[in-house]
Amino acid sequence: MKAFAALFAALDASSSTNDKVALLEEYFGAAEPRDAAWALHVLMGNRPRRILSGPALRVIAAAETGLPLWLVEASHHQVGDLAETVALLLGERDKNVDSVSLADIIEQRLLPLRRLDEHSQRDSLRATWAMMNTTECLVFNKLLTGAFRVGVGSGLVTRAVARASNQPVDVIAYRLMGAWEPSAEAWTRLVEHGDGESPGTRPFPFCLAAPIDGSTDDLGAPADFLVEWKWDGIRAQVVRRDNGTWVWSRGEEMLNGRFPEIEAMATRLNDGTVLDGEILAWDHATHQPLPFASLQRRIQRKTPSRRIINEVPVVFVAYDLLEADGVDIRNLPMDERRQRLETVVESLGSAMTVSPLVDADSWNELAAVRENARSMGTEGFMIKRRDAPYARGRVRGTWWKWKVDPLSIDAVLTAAQPGSGRRAGLYTDYTFGVWHAGVLVTIAKAYSGLTDAEIREVDRFVRRHTTDRFGPVRMVEPRLVFELAFEGIRPSKRHKSGLAVRFPRIARWRTDKLAADADTLETVRQLLDAQP
Amino acid sequence: MDRAVITHAHSDHLSQGSAAYLVAAPGQAIAAARLGGRSVESIAYGERTEINGVRVSLHPAGHVLGSAQVRVEHRGEVWVISGDYKTEPDPTCASFEVQRAHVFVTECTFGLPVYCWPDHTEVVRDIHQWITANRAAGTTSVLFGYSLGKAQRLLSMLDGLDIPIWTHGAVEGMTALYRAGGIHLPPTTPVASAMAQTDWSAGVVVAPPSAATSPWMHRFGDVSTAFASGWMHVRGARRRRNADRGFVVSDHADWPALVATIRATGAERVLATHGFTDVLARYLNELGLDAGVVPTRWEGEQDNEPAVGDSP
Repeated sequence: MKAFAALFAALDASSSTNDKVALLEEYFGAAEPRDAAWALHVLMGNRPRRILSGPALRVIAAAETGLPLWLVEASHHQVGDLAETVALLLGERDKNVDSVSLADIIEQRLLPLRRLDEHSQRDSLRATWAMMNTTECLVFNKLLTGAFRVGVGSGLVTRAVARASNQPVDVIAYRLMGAWEPSAEAWTRLVEHGDGESPGTRPFPFCLAAPIDGSTDDLGAPADFLVEWKWDGIRAQVVRRDNGTWVWSRGEEMLNGRFPEIEAMATRLNDGTVLDGEILAWDHATHQPLPFASLQRRIQRKTPSRRIINEVPVVFVAYDLLEADGVDIRNLPMDERRQRLETVVESLGSAMTVSPLVDADSWNELAAVRENARSMGTEGFMIKRRDAPYARGRVRGTWWKWKVDPLSIDAVLTAAQPGSGRRAGLYTDYTFGVWHAGVLVTIAKAYSGLTDAEIREVDRFVRRHTTDRFGPVRMVEPRLVFELAFEGIRPSKRHKSGLAVRFPRIARWRTDKLAADADTLETVRQLLDAQP
Repeated sequence: MDRAVITHAHSDHLSQGSAAYLVAAPGQAIAAARLGGRSVESIAYGERTEINGVRVSLHPAGHVLGSAQVRVEHRGEVWVISGDYKTEPDPTCASFEVQRAHVFVTECTFGLPVYCWPDHTEVVRDIHQWITANRAAGTTSVLFGYSLGKAQRLLSMLDGLDIPIWTHGAVEGMTALYRAGGIHLPPTTPVASAMAQTDWSAGVVVAPPSAATSPWMHRFGDVSTAFASGWMHVRGARRRRNADRGFVVSDHADWPALVATIRATGAERVLATHGFTDVLARYLNELGLDAGVVPTRWEGEQDNEPAVGDSP
């Protein structure tokens, strides 16, 4: 646990990718297989489900430190992270205790907590905390509250494991796809040399698109690219092997059971077929996707009822073929994979279609067509190089995403509360309102989009213009106006405005506008009506 | 004000515009410099003076050189205003001396129980290890701390490393006043007067936080930066600083020291100011003390690092 906590602290303190890979490589090279397996598990983002709720942990921390509960809560508001707050409140422990291994801590200390009653949980936690220094405590508490996160992506971790085990990155990436079970055996299999293993249920690493940041003219001739609509659904691979079907999300979550209509259709695929595409909630009457909010109703259900399947039918819009007749064809050019995809999918039926191509002779023509993206229920275009293989991860130049500009409104800052992480102790979680009948009604909350300097300035404003406080939330004088960008809008009971926006973020601070100049609820409703 | 009694020369405790200033003797030169060279009266620590029939004396606060608690006594009632203070030993200023008081006005910059400072010798060791690793990697170590007080304490922590120490002009100016006040500090060279072709990575640079984002930094090439502040105790604040390291070096009392000091004064009434005032007052009330809050103009930014510049 000491070594893993030290790794966490070092990764946290490092801002260079090379340093991070080196730190990870060093850790994996030295760790026992069991520990390496668990470290990999949590570093890849498969953190154990939350074991203790925030309120429960605060109560235990108050009891253990002898502090009143409100003071633990006030500390939490300042620190912004409960795991760290509790580690700091517990203070520096005896440093001479022997370190327990990461695997033992997780398997014998952390996971069993789930089965204990409140009283035994507290006894167990006291004993566990007594074995750790502040950093170990912090890491343990993060695992405990399900909030473990450190700034390394799975690509970086994969590279480090590849280096530590002296294997090609591709081999490790592929072996890591799908369900990873944190055991010494799994680690040993992962890092052993040689291949020839069965691909099993695993998907391939997803090819990711880069946003177009300059002009489309810089890409080259439109004829060198396939252009498709950019769907706003769940990116997924459908794996058909050994007479079984596995549906994997881009987040490498197995979605089996959730979308029975797709699995039913997949039984008609030849053995040894892997498709890449998008799961969409679909309106079979208009041949258009339903809003993402409808799909969300399906995502939440592990086994959907007949009723919800009828209300929100889904389809799989395929756009790539990665394996055919048991052969990995990712190295074939996009054009050729596309042709073979069309042959494979055409025969299937309505729950599976091929993402249509958009034909145009020039970028200008495409730009004009792209204006219709939102009314088609899409986010813009995907632009894929015809002669490129299927890349692992984000390889610039193979796939591009060309999204339509977001919707935007001008809204007034009405309330703020302290953020977490690197924004802890600063008022950075904002609530915004628009005008309706002379008062501001809440339309959105947003956390991002300002520069550090702007964040500090808004923080100062909030502190000096507080009109009321509710716990950590401060109501402020309605004076600052911000342009909010968002991807979509839908009716909702969450806010008083009766509307909710999707992916709201601050586009810019409208210092040129007075609160009275901000948008009204009526103008925002017009945006709703303009959507499909 | 006709007459201002000054606890110390940080800009949130000393401002222009008063007719007369009174400070503790070891802080006289610094206060005068901060006020642009005007004259400042001083008395020795513990020496009593009378202002409008009120007995006034200044006592060491352990915050920076010359920092003082203000003790006022009238008809047998004693009030002590702490100013900023710390109780940890610090070779660059006189140690905090507890004063018995009926009413104690206390700062509470770090008035939350999460602020409990690590062992100072470990922090010194960490700073030394960071510099050693940077030197081995050919990277320049740049250590940021406020030019009055923090920077000199950092210099004292670097004493014994026996490597070149370069200073930013703002730091060097204050450091000269410390030396003139009889404080021993390791030798320093202003960055501005270093030789051309200096190998900065062989030593360490001490600069105020405001220099971190200035073009002044360009000359050092490949750098590793570190901030020294009590706020660095919390990960979010460390990450926000965008520095390579954050060292927990504070010139303020941590939570245990605040509570212990308040108890040691024997005060029946405690007034919290500058910091987490509501939190401290509520906690003290629950302990059975009569506690309240003194609002100040600076309260708004106390639970955050000062945004820019080189004050406290």
